[in-house]
Amino acid sequence: MRSIIYQALFLAALVFVVWLLVTNTIENLRARGLKSGFDFLNSRSGIPISDTIIDWNPDDTFGRAYFVGILNTLRVGIIGIVLATILGTIIGIARLSSNWLVAKLASIYVETIRNVPLLLQLIFIYAFVGNVLPDQLNPIVIGAGFYLNKSGLIFPLLKLDTAHYIVGGVLLASLVAMLIYNRWAKRRQYATGVAPKRLLPSLGILIVPAVAAFLAMGAPAEFDVAAKTRFRFIGGGSIGPEFLTVLVGLVIYTASFIAEIVRSGILAVSYGQTEAAGALGLTRGQTLRLVLLPQALRVIIPPMTSQYLNLVKNSSLALIAGYPDVVAIENMTMNQTGRALEAILLIMAVYLTISLSISLAMNYYNKRIALKER
Amino acid sequence: MKKLAIAAATVVAGALAAGPALAGKDLDTIKKRGSLVCGVNTGLAGFSIADSQGRWTGIDVDVCRAVAAAIFGDANKVQFKPTSAQQRFTALQSGEIDVLSRNTTWTLTRDAAQGMVFTGVTFYDGQGFMVAKKLGVKSAKELDGAEICVQSGTTTELNLTDFLKANNLSKAKAIVFEKIEEAVSAFFAGRCQAYTTDASGLASTRSKDAKNPDDYVILPELISKEPLGPAIRRGDEELFAIVKWALYAMVEAEEYGVSRANVDQMKTSPNPGIKRLLGVDEKNDMGKLLGLKADWAYQIIKQVGNYGDVYERNVGPKTPLKLERGLNALWSKGGLQYAPPVR
Repeated sequence: MRSIIYQALFLAALVFVVWLLVTNTIENLRARGLKSGFDFLNSRSGIPISDTIIDWNPDDTFGRAYFVGILNTLRVGIIGIVLATILGTIIGIARLSSNWLVAKLASIYVETIRNVPLLLQLIFIYAFVGNVLPDQLNPIVIGAGFYLNKSGLIFPLLKLDTAHYIVGGVLLASLVAMLIYNRWAKRRQYATGVAPKRLLPSLGILIVPAVAAFLAMGAPAEFDVAAKTRFRFIGGGSIGPEFLTVLVGLVIYTASFIAEIVRSGILAVSYGQTEAAGALGLTRGQTLRLVLLPQALRVIIPPMTSQYLNLVKNSSLALIAGYPDVVAIENMTMNQTGRALEAILLIMAVYLTISLSISLAMNYYNKRIALKER
Repeated sequence: MKKLAIAAATVVAGALAAGPALAGKDLDTIKKRGSLVCGVNTGLAGFSIADSQGRWTGIDVDVCRAVAAAIFGDANKVQFKPTSAQQRFTALQSGEIDVLSRNTTWTLTRDAAQGMVFTGVTFYDGQGFMVAKKLGVKSAKELDGAEICVQSGTTTELNLTDFLKANNLSKAKAIVFEKIEEAVSAFFAGRCQAYTTDASGLASTRSKDAKNPDDYVILPELISKEPLGPAIRRGDEELFAIVKWALYAMVEAEEYGVSRANVDQMKTSPNPGIKRLLGVDEKNDMGKLLGLKADWAYQIIKQVGNYGDVYERNVGPKTPLKLERGLNALWSKGGLQYAPPVR
């Protein structure tokens, strides 16, 4: 009973303090002649944004700019998490390699990268990219419409028509079929002890129908290829050096932490497990895949979650390289409208939402792979 | 990070300061502190830049010194706080700085809705473009398809999008950077084919950052009006008057031919206008009306100089910036610099 009273008192005090802060802030904003509110989201922005996934025109609103920023943050976050996980896992395993050179190189990578502040790495990468690549009119010609220059990587873009959407649909259906086949294969292995082949049939199910559909429709493939103009190559798609810098920086940096997590996870599985697997006649690959990794994952997932969160939060350093993530765009908004508090609240809402989503997903996954006690 | 800190400071300051601001509060704070805190640019040659000894120079810096000379009789009682284009307004709103003198363009939105007021125009500027000479561009209207480096959080980016739209340059692409240094270094590294900012800024950058200034040309078009001037927080009319008249005193002094070099001789001048300005005539104490000492303007001119001194010293034809007076000449010489009478 007493503890309930204390908790109620604490809650009341908390609510009071928050109320005091909010009302006082609003009062003082008014006293200083500062306008407040979120109405600016509907007004014309007039700002340029250099790198967008969806169409952007300076006539669009600050609300759309916010959305563009969120998409850019998600783009670098999602691609970054996938690549950092792959690179980190490879390096983590490499550090445990019995090959002396490979293990040492991996150690050097980890110790160098994770001990240098990310901000410096980003500045370094951006300067490197900016000074090493050739200028816009004399690009490195990779061939087939691919060019590399100070404007980044330029590539041909497929002109989409209905045939491509149909192929996409077929691909989606094949994906479902592949999953069903794999489930069947697993069940059969449990029932009979004989493992059906999985890799080749899976690939076959996935690719063959899509290719067949594509060819049946006459293989329409028209590309939008970049052409040289007075200042630079225009047309096709491009990945700017700003995005590349941020992506590469985040991946390299986060991978060094993930490598250590993977290594610790693998080391956490006792050597007896490897020996037992060897005694059962499993190959090295099978041992890693079937015995070590499933057990290691239980150790790996929780700290991995924090690395994913870090990666997304670190993406806010993107503005150093001129990549328009949500922070950069809200900073612009703040400056054009003077609504500092509102813009920062919007930024916080984005990171909070993304971080909580990652946490939720990872916690769910963690529960699924947790040791099932019988 | 710093921005978040400033914003947090805004919240806390807002929460702690009880009741509405009283007139004169900011001036009282400045006097109590014994120095003026002035927000300046992180580095723009001719406007505000620190040398290797940490000594600040530039027009914007001299405006701050003039205000300090008027208030304290000592032009050195200023602390300079470098601010980025993005931080500057928050820094002013939150009370981190007293005066913002940072090549900031006076616009209606800033005057009306951002809790600040501009006190005057120290420099009439306009936005221009700089390109590498080898591209052979003669006019900004030829820039369709070019990548243009620009700093964010300024009127510059808004003018740029307006200009591109008005002239149908839809293939031009703005590459936006948070800090001016980043935009400049990206331009000189070849990331963009053009760089845009105020014409004075272009001249400043070209003289300071280009390996060979002759490799770059500033295009003739000015695409905007950019009256640059100091601003203060709303709600302190006394401080507002002082900052405003510190600038006018410098212009008025140039009009009367009172300069840093001859101000002591001028003290004995029979001209009643000069007597009023320099506070020699005790019956006509202009300083008192502003709440200052009688020799407030004398101290400004003696320690900082008149408007012409400041201009010639920082950005004039004999400096690396090589900017002619142009719009910034006195009204009597075909320019726009004009001061209401000190009387």
